[in-house]
Amino acid sequence: MHLGMLLEMAADGMADRVALGPKASGVTFAELAHRARRLGAVLEAAPGERVGLIDLNSPAVPLTLFGAAIAGKPFVPINYRLADPQLRAIVARTAPATIIVGDGVAERIGPVEGIEYLNRADALALAENPEGKESDGWGGDADDIAVLLFTSGTTGEPKAAVLRHSNLTEYIITTVEYSGSGEDEAAIVSVPPYHIAGISAVLSSTYSGRRVYQLEAFEPRAWVEVVRAESITHAMVVPTMLGRILDIIEADGQGLPSMRALSYGGGPMPLPVIERAVGLLPNVGFVNAYGLTETSSTIAVLGPDDHSAAFASDDPAVRARLASVGRPLPSLEVSIRDAIGEAVAPGERGEIYVRGGQVSGEYLGRGTSLDAEGWFPTRDEGHLDEGGYLFVHGRLDDVIVRGGENLSPGEIEAVLLEHPAVREAAVVGIPSKEWGEGVAAAVIVSGEVTEDELKAHVRARLRSSRTPDRIQFREELPFNESGKLLRRVLRTELSEAFA
Amino acid sequence: MSLVTKPGGRYRSVVDATEIIVVKAAKSPIDLRCGGHPVVAVGDEVPGDLTLDSSFATGTPLGKRFADPDSGLELLCTKAGEGSLSIGTTPLPLKDAKPLPSSD
Repeated sequence: MHLGMLLEMAADGMADRVALGPKASGVTFAELAHRARRLGAVLEAAPGERVGLIDLNSPAVPLTLFGAAIAGKPFVPINYRLADPQLRAIVARTAPATIIVGDGVAERIGPVEGIEYLNRADALALAENPEGKESDGWGGDADDIAVLLFTSGTTGEPKAAVLRHSNLTEYIITTVEYSGSGEDEAAIVSVPPYHIAGISAVLSSTYSGRRVYQLEAFEPRAWVEVVRAESITHAMVVPTMLGRILDIIEADGQGLPSMRALSYGGGPMPLPVIERAVGLLPNVGFVNAYGLTETSSTIAVLGPDDHSAAFASDDPAVRARLASVGRPLPSLEVSIRDAIGEAVAPGERGEIYVRGGQVSGEYLGRGTSLDAEGWFPTRDEGHLDEGGYLFVHGRLDDVIVRGGENLSPGEIEAVLLEHPAVREAAVVGIPSKEWGEGVAAAVIVSGEVTEDELKAHVRARLRSSRTPDRIQFREELPFNESGKLLRRVLRTELSEAFA
Repeated sequence: MSLVTKPGGRYRSVVDATEIIVVKAAKSPIDLRCGGHPVVAVGDEVPGDLTLDSSFATGTPLGKRFADPDSGLELLCTKAGEGSLSIGTTPLPLKDAKPLPSSD
């Protein structure tokens, strides 16, 4: 199925609902489709084989996503926060293309062969012009590339993940009920447009008939103000965002009265943060989602009922599920495999493999990374419990090998975060003469606590080999803007500090 | 008349506005009908002399999914119409899907 059809169905069955923007002055689904078809006609005629976007969030994001689909060209949202040389390199790899840009971006990058820039304001004006020509139908078919997303990649050159129309629409139609949202529902999108969650939020909301409000970029106070003023009911946040939102709500005591469902993902959520969130937002249903760019977003969810059951249970196995990512979606399969690719028993750790129509596992110019049976190795370590709940322990590439024993940083970080004085924690392996790799931790604390006290805290809960050999107290940790810890940066810093 | 279905294949009713897309193909060729008459591929010629069979006129709502447990066929309605779907003369049931919590 083609992305153009999702929009067509929304415009057909929910024409007069507000699709995009403020409650009072937003654009309806019928109008969104008109504008996307006008922009589609412009983009079809524009130079290049792809449509890029280097910009903050705005109504131009959904319009360009659908407009590019209608034009039959892949949509390539690019990280505007990259340093100039990296940005220029990715732009060159996107050529030949027309790239929609915010103010100042074209000047910043300068001319690149095969690249034409189109200013966001001009693109929006063309889309809004009632005299503008509209594309009829859409270009290409379901097997064509809909979106290219450059992954942050911890090593080497960024890879461009390929998401075809069929991957994205399979995800939407198997997980979202068409027109399933109430007329009063609205979602705020504050993840950047080059993040898979920014793409899936637009598609899910369109298909379910939920209004979308695009916040330019995440800033906690602006986020809280928009949620309150616009009666926002749904949001997706990464862990670092949630902590900052809670700080504001706690300080002003006004809660988020309209919010019904808050989903979190994009990294491990510290248990104390989610407990604090549940306390401060008693009317909100929490959803933990796990997914990857290469899987068209979510592949497992821990829903509000799972959260309640875990909170209410005395059974340690059920209570532990608060730290899980829930059960795999019914439309796909998950399997945990050991190093030689054999499936392991429940409770045993291994690499998470996933298979299903939404799974792409393909990179531009590198082909597919699916095996012969269609399974995608995620490079994430995890296990399934007896009830089929999936636990994610972090990237396999981040595993610390200390004296022949494999240690997951995530497990040690979770224990550090249980200490009341620890606000943020990160654990990496650093070179060690004695062990090959040693365990080093970096923590941000909000109270009085010593290195020895923290070591004792970990040793009391995990075996001693998992206790950090060294701990650094810091003011901040290196995160990228989508909340992912920059482990490579931290590893270099701690290796130097503790050399 | 039997159709060989494949995912993404689009069909329309010959007697009403219904359009559908194949989500999962049937294991073998099937006699897919809407409004009592075999459907045709979108873009193919629609015979002009047929009328809606009142036994298959309960309607096909937009956005609903249908599943035939026997053949494995799964369909999604992409345009609503007055006719209803059947395999031969057996009505095609709605797919029973539990709603998932919104995660994005």
